[in-house]
Amino acid sequence: MSSAIDQLEGLTTQEYKYGFVTDIDQETLPPGLNEDTVRFISARKEEPQWLLEWRLKAFRNWQRMKEPDWPNVHYPPIDYQAISYYAAPKSADDRPKSLDEVDPELLATYEKLGIPLEERAALAGVAVDAVFDSVSVATTFREKLADAGVIFMSISEAVREHPELVRKYLGSVVPPTDNFFASLNSAVYSDGSFVFIPKGVRCPMELSTYFRINAMNTGQFERTLIVAEEGSYVSYLEGCTAPMRDQNQLHAAVVELVALDNARIKYSTVQNWYPGDKDGNGGIYNFVTKRGACRGRNSKISWTQVETGSAITWKYPSCILIGDNSVGEFYSVAVTNNHQQADTGTKMIHIGRNTTSTIVSKGISAGVSNNSYRGLVKIMPKAEGARNFSQCDSMLMGDRCGAHTFPYLEVRNKSAQVEHEATTSKIGEDQIFYLNQRGIETEDAVSMIVNGFCKEVFRELPMEFAVEAQKLLGVSLEGSVG
Amino acid sequence: MLQIRNLRVSVDGQKILRGVNLDIQPGSLHAIMGPNGSGKSTLASILAGRDGYEIEAGSITYHGQDLLEMDPEIRAREGIFLAFQYPVEVPGVTTMYFMREALNAVRKHRGKEELSAGDFLRLARQKIKPLGMEAGMLKRAVNEGFSGGEKKRSEIFQMSMLEPTLGILDETDSGLDIDALQVVADGVNALRSPDRAFVVITHYQRLLNHIVPDYVHVLGDGRIVRSGDKTLALELERRGYSWIVPASGQAAAAGA
Ligand SMILES: Nc1ncnc2c1ncn2[C@@H]1O[C@H](COP(=O)(O)OP(=O)(O)O)[C@@H](O)[C@H]1O
Ligand SMILES: [Mg+2]
Repeated sequence: MSSAIDQLEGLTTQEYKYGFVTDIDQETLPPGLNEDTVRFISARKEEPQWLLEWRLKAFRNWQRMKEPDWPNVHYPPIDYQAISYYAAPKSADDRPKSLDEVDPELLATYEKLGIPLEERAALAGVAVDAVFDSVSVATTFREKLADAGVIFMSISEAVREHPELVRKYLGSVVPPTDNFFASLNSAVYSDGSFVFIPKGVRCPMELSTYFRINAMNTGQFERTLIVAEEGSYVSYLEGCTAPMRDQNQLHAAVVELVALDNARIKYSTVQNWYPGDKDGNGGIYNFVTKRGACRGRNSKISWTQVETGSAITWKYPSCILIGDNSVGEFYSVAVTNNHQQADTGTKMIHIGRNTTSTIVSKGISAGVSNNSYRGLVKIMPKAEGARNFSQCDSMLMGDRCGAHTFPYLEVRNKSAQVEHEATTSKIGEDQIFYLNQRGIETEDAVSMIVNGFCKEVFRELPMEFAVEAQKLLGVSLEGSVG
Repeated sequence: MLQIRNLRVSVDGQKILRGVNLDIQPGSLHAIMGPNGSGKSTLASILAGRDGYEIEAGSITYHGQDLLEMDPEIRAREGIFLAFQYPVEVPGVTTMYFMREALNAVRKHRGKEELSAGDFLRLARQKIKPLGMEAGMLKRAVNEGFSGGEKKRSEIFQMSMLEPTLGILDETDSGLDIDALQVVADGVNALRSPDRAFVVITHYQRLLNHIVPDYVHVLGDGRIVRSGDKTLALELERRGYSWIVPASGQAAAAGA
C-alpha cells in the first residue's frame, strides 16, 4: 500500500532549478589566510589606514577564537586555509556606468535566475545594487535616491566617499570581535552595501541587493550597513540564489542596522542558496550575523526572512532595543529539505523601557533535514514594561526529518510580560486528500497548505517579494512530501 | 453511470467490505444506511480515491472508465464529489482561494475557461446565500474554527460550486439541528437533476424526510444486505438494524 508520502518522496528528484555556472574570468587570490591576505584585500580596495587596522584587529582576534560548536548542525571541519578570500570580475576596474556596459553574460545569468534586472528595476521602481561575487557591478536609480539625500552604494565606495559615516557606524552594532564568523568577516569582507537615510526622509523606493556566489572555493564575506537617522524609513530587500557546485562554499556575512529616534527599518530576505544535491553533496554554508540596534526612542526594526537554501544555515537576526518604546520584530520561514540543516532564530534584547518585540517563526522540515529554532528573549533590569510575544510553529513532512525548538528566556525585570507559544504539526495526508478531492493536485495542495502555514510571515513581505517567496517555497518542496 | 461489482476491501488485514454490488443511474438518489462501523465511510472513501485501503477484489466502473485507476483529483474533476463526514481544516488558506483553485482545476479539465476573480466572487456569493451563510465566510480559512454545522454547510456550498455528476454525502446530517438540516437538504435538492446522481450516507432516517431517496440500501457485515425504496428507511427507523444485519456484522460494528 503506497501512501501519499511514500509516493511523493519518490519524486524528490527535483534538481536545483537555478543550478548553472557563469563563465567570467575571475581575478582570484590563491587559497590561504594570513595577515598578508588581509593587507592584500585592503590594498586592492585602496582603503584608508584606519580600516586596515580595523581589519587586522579583527583578524588577530579571529585567530584566537574557536568556531562555535553549539548549533544543532553537523559538518566536516572547514579548512580556512583552503579557501580563497578574494575574487573580482575582470570588469571591476572600469565599473559600468549603466546596464548597457554590464557584461552581457552576467545579465544573462540574472535572466536565468529569474531576475531580469532592468525589467525588475523599471517595473517595481526598485533600486538594485547587484553584487556579483565580491564586487558590485551594477547600480541603478542612483540619481533619484541622491535627490532624496539617500546614500545607497557599495560599502567600498562608501569608504571612499563617506568615510566619516562608515567609520562612525561600521562595527558599532556587530563589533569586529563579536563572534568567530563576524571576526572573520571583518578581517576579509570583500564588499557589500551601504545605506544611509538622512533625518526625516522616507526612502522613495524599496532597496534591494541580489547576492550571488559564483567562484569555486571562494568564501563570500559580505558586509551590509544600514543607518536610518531620526524619523526616517527604509525598506531593504535582500535575495539570492547560487549556481550548482560540488564544493561546499562558505558564506559569512554581517549585516548591521542602526535606527535612531522614530526611525523604522524593514529588512526582508528571501534566501535560496544552493542547498546541495539530494544526497547532501555540495551546498552553501551560511553563517551569518545580522543585528539591528534600535538606538532611538520609538524606533523600530523588522526582520522578515524566508530561508529555503543553503546546506547549513546558522543565522539569528537580532534586535537590541535600547531606545524607550522601541520595537523589534522577527518573522521567519525556514524550509529544510533533503539533507539541509538549519539552526536559526533571533535574539531580542530589551534594554529600554516599554520596549516590545514580536517573534513569529515557521519551520518546515522535509526529507531527512533538520530544522532548529533558537531564540533568546532577554529583558534587562531597566526595561520597565517590556513585552515579548513569541510563536514558533513547526511543520514536518514525512517522518525522517527533525524539528527542534530552543527558546531561551532571561527576565530581569518583574514588570515584563513574555508569552511563548509553540506548535508542531505534520502535514496531513487527510489535508492533502481533502484538497485532491476538490480537484487540486498534490503538488499544488502541498504548496497551498505550506503557504497557508506561513501566511503570517508572508504578509510582512513587500508584495512582489511575497509572490516570489511563495513560488520559491513551492519549488523548494516540490515532490518532497505529502 | 457507476457500477460497483463484488467490491472487497480491507484495511490493515481487517476485511471491511466483503463484496459490495451497486448500480447507480443518472438522476437517481441512493441512500446508504447501516450501523456504525458497517463500512459506509469506507465505501465513500474508496469512491473518492483515498489512500490506505487494499482493494482485494472487484471493480468500479464510472462512465465506462475504471475508477480505481484514477487519481483522486482526476475523479474530482470527472465529477465525483465527496462531502466529508469530518471536513478538514486548512489553516491560513481562505475558503475563497481554495474554492477558486478547485473550481478552476475542475473547469480546466472540463475544457472551460478559468474564472476571473470577479466572476468567481459573484458566483460564490450567489451560491452561498441560500445556505444561510455570510459571504464573509469566504475569507475565513478553510473549516478553521467552523462550528460543526458551518463545516457541513460549507461542504454543500463547495458541492454547489463544483457541480458534480455524482455527489456523495457522508453523514452530512450528523450534528445538525433541524433548521440546518433543512438548509442542507434544500441545497442538495436544488442540485438534483436528470444527469446528476447522489449517494447519501446516513445513520438516521431523519434526513431522508427532507432528501427523498429513490433507493435505500442497508450495509451490514461488509455487504448490501437489503435494498428497497424509501419505505425501507421508515421500517429501519421503527425496527432498528438487528432484524436484517447479521449478528457477525453487529459484533464487528460493536467492536469498532
Ligand atoms: N483507516 C482505517 N484503519 C483501520 N480501520 C479502519 C480504518 N477505516 C475504517 N476502519 C474500520 O473499518 C470499519 C468500517 O468503518 P467505517 O467505514 O468508518 O464505518 P461507518 O462509516 O459505516 O461507521 C470499522 O470497523 C473501522 O474501525
Ligand atoms: Mg462513517
